Amino acid sequence: MSYLSWSIEEATRVLTPLKNVQGPVLIALQAIQERFGYVHDDAVALIAETFNVSRADVHGVLTYYHDLRTTPSPDRCIQICVAEACQSVGSRDLVAAVEKKLGKKIDQTYSDVEIKSAYCFGNCALGPAAMVDGQLIGRASVEKVTA
Amino acid sequence: MSTIIYVPSDSAAISIGADQVAALIAQEAIKRSLDVTIIRNGTRGALWLETLVEVVTPQGRIAYGPVQPEDVSSLYESDFLLGGAHPLALGATDEIAWFAGQDRVTYKRVGIIDPLSLQDYESHGGLVGLRKAITQSGSEIVAEVTASGLRGRGGAGFPAGIKWKTVLDTQADQKYVCCNADEGDSGTFADRILIEADPFTLIEGMTIAAVAVGATEGFVYLRSEYPTAITRLRDAIEIAKSAGVLGSSVLGSAHAFNLEVRVGAGSYVCGEETAMLESLEGKRGVVRSKPPLPAIAGLFGKPTIINNVITLASVPAILADGAAAYAARGTGRSLGTQVFQLAGNIARGGIIETAFGITLETLVKTFGGGTLSGKPLRAIQIGGPLGAYFNSSQLNVSMDYESLAAAGGMLGHGGVVLFDDNVDLAQQAKFAMEFCALESCGKCTPCRLGSTRGAETIEKIISGVDVPANKLLLLDLCEVMTDGSLCAMGGLTPLPVKSAMNNFPEDFTGGAKK
Repeated sequence: MSYLSWSIEEATRVLTPLKNVQGPVLIALQAIQERFGYVHDDAVALIAETFNVSRADVHGVLTYYHDLRTTPSPDRCIQICVAEACQSVGSRDLVAAVEKKLGKKIDQTYSDVEIKSAYCFGNCALGPAAMVDGQLIGRASVEKVTA
Repeated sequence: MSTIIYVPSDSAAISIGADQVAALIAQEAIKRSLDVTIIRNGTRGALWLETLVEVVTPQGRIAYGPVQPEDVSSLYESDFLLGGAHPLALGATDEIAWFAGQDRVTYKRVGIIDPLSLQDYESHGGLVGLRKAITQSGSEIVAEVTASGLRGRGGAGFPAGIKWKTVLDTQADQKYVCCNADEGDSGTFADRILIEADPFTLIEGMTIAAVAVGATEGFVYLRSEYPTAITRLRDAIEIAKSAGVLGSSVLGSAHAFNLEVRVGAGSYVCGEETAMLESLEGKRGVVRSKPPLPAIAGLFGKPTIINNVITLASVPAILADGAAAYAARGTGRSLGTQVFQLAGNIARGGIIETAFGITLETLVKTFGGGTLSGKPLRAIQIGGPLGAYFNSSQLNVSMDYESLAAAGGMLGHGGVVLFDDNVDLAQQAKFAMEFCALESCGKCTPCRLGSTRGAETIEKIISGVDVPANKLLLLDLCEVMTDGSLCAMGGLTPLPVKSAMNNFPEDFTGGAKK
């Protein structure tokens, strides 16, 4: 996935079409993240000003949701489902094997590859499930997710 | 004449190669100068047969599966376009026992039609319910839904008709219909499959709800983990708008209804209806206190119908075929059909729509074929992360709201997750608490603090520290969480924990296992 580098001008362009949205803060943060890969510190004030809400409100929403991140997206993101249905077909072992192969810990921030825990992609009959850069993988294996 | 071939575009099917299979079928056809038309349907629900390729022949739809990309050229060599014999040939799709044993009502078009063809939708019975609804009064529609016995399929099981009547009877300048498609329970995927395979059914169901109560705006709160469903539903809404199903005049009537998809952001508790409303309003997904009920003061403080995908998608058939036909199915106060989802360590996973009252054994063995690993079945979790763990001696339980509650569990959203004998129920109980700690919105103390203390206490039991005292402490904590939490997140987390302790006491003895 390719993202633009952060700029206030581009962020303003992203937010402009959202001016008439009812309850805009979460949508605004999602739109910013979709364009830049993360929510830059300066986006908080910009969103607050654009939609006439407090910075605290924006910060509160930003820090509540697992999807939203405040550091740039890595080049590659491997999400592995660690919920019950995938546990039953070995997702705990899969996580350990992927951590070992890549030499990274799950749920830590890296600039090249991140391994993140996820809780259900709705692929529970074909687990373990993983998502690599937005691509859903069924019957996931170390080979498949690190290919 | 062009031969029609169905290759699912369901995200689960794609996750194991359906796109490659479709591309290869097209390439091989060109190479062999054969005229084929590939339709990307949704999955028919037998995920264990994916990629399930169907060929339309004079004898009907003939199935092949599970097809791997490397099987495509041999399919052509076996004349699969004429239904030819092949090791993967399954015969007529409808006659495969796994499908023939189901009673598809709400999911009757799932996997059958082209998901984004409104024409296909109508020729398979679509829009009949809505056309009927626009000729009826709101109270007539609500009475029909009430008479059908339809209860909320999201997990709470509240009668849909009663909820709708409250919204109908509440005066307001604006009302909303919100569909809860935040299907976060592990082991559930029925909402996703419906949206990807037959999105117009959901749109029709929501529109009927809107017409019934006088709502003009609707939202579908759809989780970010379902990107294919998001795109599919948005495309379907655009098609429905241009066809006049949605918009300022629903099918030419005086009713207006606009529908929008809002995407979640990875919070499990936003599947709780009031947290979902907060999230739809763009705020932190913190649970609201009730009262007021959302039916009286819901989204932006206005009367709001909130139902799960399956609940709303069941309405078109209820209106089209009558409440009596729906209520004739099921048992006791669990009327109609339920879409069970067979998941986890299972040989034949997928969706089973059938009347309430089927036994767990029939689901797990006859349909599911036991574990995928072939090892002994040890535990079954029913109803998602907040549902109970049953052991293999409890398979005779009837799958309906009341029987499952009587057996110490709950139906939830209908997910059935199998575990073989590798599972350690103390670890599963600890995970339930950890998940609650991770996903708690933090508003109420029993959930926010209890979940962390619970995980710590189970860890002590696992490590063999003062086991009898810690077990008592854990039960006490579970009681506080059950009785003192604001919503089902904290209130039901004790269910998997206590059921694990009750049904698998040998895993809570503190000794190192295996």
